[in-house]
Amino acid sequence: MKREVAIISVGATRFGEHWDKGIKDLAWEAGVKAVEEAGISGRDIQYIVFGNMSGGMFEGQEHVGALVADFLGLNPVPAARVEAACASGSVAFFHGYMAVASGMYDLVAVGGVEKMTDVESSRATEILAAAMDYEWEAYFGNTFPGVYALMATRYMHEYGLKPETLAKVAVKNHHHGSMNPMAHFRNRITVEDVLSSPVVAYPLRRNDCCPVSDGAACVILAPLEEARKYTDTPIKVEAVAQASDTLSLLERRDICTLDATVQAAEKAFAKAKLTRKDVDLVEVHDCFTIAEILALEDLGFCPKGEAQKLYEEGETYVGGKLPVNTDGGLKAGGHAVGATGVKQIIEIVKQLRGEAENGRQVDGAEVGLAHNVGGSGATAVVTILSRR
Amino acid sequence: MSVGIVGYGVYIPRFRIKVEEIARVWGHDAASYREGLGIEEKSVPSLDEDTTTIAVEASRNAMKRAVEVKPQDVGAVFVGSESHPYAVKPTASTVAEVLGLTPNLTAVDMEFACKAATTAVQACLGLVKAGYIGYGISVGADTAQGAPGDALEYTAAAGGAAYVIGSGDGVIAEVECTQSFTQDVPDFWRRDGASYPKHAGRFTGGPAYFEHVVSCTKALLEKMGTTPKDYDYVVFHQPNSKFPLKAAKILGFEEDKLKPGLLVNLLGNTYSGSSLMGLAAVLDIARPGERILLTSYGSGAGSDSFSIRVRDAIDSKRELAPPVMYYLERREYIDYSTYARYRRLFKER
Repeated sequence: MKREVAIISVGATRFGEHWDKGIKDLAWEAGVKAVEEAGISGRDIQYIVFGNMSGGMFEGQEHVGALVADFLGLNPVPAARVEAACASGSVAFFHGYMAVASGMYDLVAVGGVEKMTDVESSRATEILAAAMDYEWEAYFGNTFPGVYALMATRYMHEYGLKPETLAKVAVKNHHHGSMNPMAHFRNRITVEDVLSSPVVAYPLRRNDCCPVSDGAACVILAPLEEARKYTDTPIKVEAVAQASDTLSLLERRDICTLDATVQAAEKAFAKAKLTRKDVDLVEVHDCFTIAEILALEDLGFCPKGEAQKLYEEGETYVGGKLPVNTDGGLKAGGHAVGATGVKQIIEIVKQLRGEAENGRQVDGAEVGLAHNVGGSGATAVVTILSRR
Repeated sequence: MSVGIVGYGVYIPRFRIKVEEIARVWGHDAASYREGLGIEEKSVPSLDEDTTTIAVEASRNAMKRAVEVKPQDVGAVFVGSESHPYAVKPTASTVAEVLGLTPNLTAVDMEFACKAATTAVQACLGLVKAGYIGYGISVGADTAQGAPGDALEYTAAAGGAAYVIGSGDGVIAEVECTQSFTQDVPDFWRRDGASYPKHAGRFTGGPAYFEHVVSCTKALLEKMGTTPKDYDYVVFHQPNSKFPLKAAKILGFEEDKLKPGLLVNLLGNTYSGSSLMGLAAVLDIARPGERILLTSYGSGAGSDSFSIRVRDAIDSKRELAPPVMYYLERREYIDYSTYARYRRLFKER
C-alpha cells in the first residue's frame, strides 16, 4: 500500500423506525453530518461508495450510488453502491480504504444505508434470506433465524452452551444500548425477559434476534499524513481485511466456526502488527446472540467453546476484560443491514476519541476492532482502528 | 344551548371465540397473542347478524333511554361502519325504517375506518346546535373483517353502539367540546372488492394510532384549558389492550380512569363501535357531574376527541336499557369450525 489512511469524520442517523424517511433522506442525513464534522465542503469529496443490501427489494430502488451523490448535491462525483448482504457497509469501507491507500483519491465518503421498515417483517425476512445460498437454503424455506439456530444447536451440543448464557449476550447489549441515544432499543432487559420471549427458531427467541432498522452511517477518509488538516483526533485505519466462504451452511468445514472471520482476523492482525491483547474493545456482528459468541472465538479472543465464560463472568461489559458492542450491537443498537458495518466503525471511532456517552466509554481506549458479517458468514470483514 | 347525549344503547352478538381456539387452528403461540394484544376472546356475529341488525338493536336500546324523543323529532340517522352489507344502498335508511323514524329525516352511511361514528356524533351535534333537527342518531356498528390467519383475526369482532344526540333537560351527558385531527396516513385499508383489510404492521402504531390519538387529545385539552386531572374517565379507540394503555400513559391519564371503558380484552375490536362501546360502559357507571374524555381513531387516519360532562338525567335513564355488561356476560363459546361457518369463511353448497 502506498499510503496510510485515517478517518477524519463520522456521521449517522439513529437506527430505528424512521417512518418519515426514505433511503435518500437517511443517506443525506448521515452524509451531511460527516461532511460538517470534517469542516469540508461536499465539493471536496472525490469519490463516494455506499453499502446497501437490497434497496431494490425493500424499496424498488436500485442505483443507490448515484442516488446518494445526487441527493447530497455532489454530482458529478463518481459514486458506487457495494453489496455484500449485511457486510455491505464494511465492504464499502474496504473499497474506500483502497481508493485512498492506493493514492487514487484523497477524500472519500464511505457509507451505508438501508430502509427496511416499509415492508412487513415476513417480507423483510424473505428479502434477507436472499443473502443465503438461495437454491440450497432459502428455496427450501430456511430463514436467517433458522440458519443461526442450526449453528446454535450444534454449538450447544458440542460445547454445552445454555440458553441462559445466550440470553446474557442480549442483556449486555441492551444494557449498553440503553446509554446510546442513537440505539434502536434503549430499554434494559433481563435474562428472564429473553427466556420468556416467543421462540423464533429454537433455541433463538425474539430477544436473541436483532431488529430490522432504518438507518445510514457515513465516514470520511483521508490520507493519514493529511488528516490533521481536518481534525485533531484522526483515527488511523490499521487494517481492513475481507474474506469469503461458502454461502450455504451445509458446505462448511464446521458450522460452529465462521472461517471467513478467522481468515479476515488473521490477515488484519498481521497487517496491523498488533495482537489480540492490544485490542481495548470490539464491535462484533451479533445479528443473533449465538453470532456474538462465535465471533469472539473466530476472531481469536478465546479458544473455541470458551467465549461463554466471558458472559458468565460479565467480562464483555464496559469495564470488563473485553468490552463487546458498547453501542448495543445489532441487538439493541439496531441493524440497518447495509449501514451496519459503517455504524460499527463509527462506534470504534467515538470510543477511541473518548466521545462515547457516560457509562459506556471504555477508559483510555487506544485500539478497537470492528467485525461485520454477510449472511451466515460467506463474507466477513475485520477492521482495526487506533488513535496512534 | 347545551347539546349532548339524550340516549345511548349497545348490542353485542352472543357468540365468542377464544384466542386459544384461533391459535390452535393456525399453530400460533396463543400466549404471545394473548399477551401481545392483551385479548382473551372476541365476539362473533351469528349467521343472521350483520351491521344492519347490530345497528338496529343498538339504536332501539338508545331510543329506550331517550324517553322524551318522539320518532318524528328525529331528523337524522347516521351509521358509521366499515362492513356495511351493501356497497351501494344505505344501512342508515333501513335502521331509520325499522325504528319507525321515516320519512321526514335524512340518513346516510359513513365510513372512516374505526372512527366514522364519532364523526357522525359531531355531525349530529352540529345539526342540533344549529337548530336544523331536534334529535339525531349516530350509530357505530361493525362485523369486522380480519383475514384468516392474520393477527387481525384475533381481534376483529362484532358489535355496535348508538347515541341519540339532542338538547334540553333530557341530556344525560353534555358534550362540552369536540376536536379532530386528520392526516393522510396509509396504515390500514381495504380496497374495493377486497374481502379483508390490509395493514402496515408496526406502522399502525407510532405514526398512525399514537400520533393521532395523542395529538387530538392534546389539542382538545389545550382548547378547553383542561388537564387529565380534570377527567374522571378516559376512553380511547381500542384495537387491542396495549394501544389505549400506552396512549393513556403518554398523555398522563391514570390507568384507573381508562379501565372502566376498556372492553377489548373480552370483546375484541368492534371497529366503528369500539370507542363508543367504551363510552357506553362508562355511562353505565358514571355519576352526575363526572367528566369523561373520549378519543376515537380511524385509520387513514384521524381522531375525534370529546370532552363530556355527565348530567343529572343519567340516573333516571340508565336502567331503561341493558348495560354493556349484560351483553358482555351473555356469551356462548364456539369452536373455529362454527366460527368459520358463521363468518362464512367457506361457502355453503
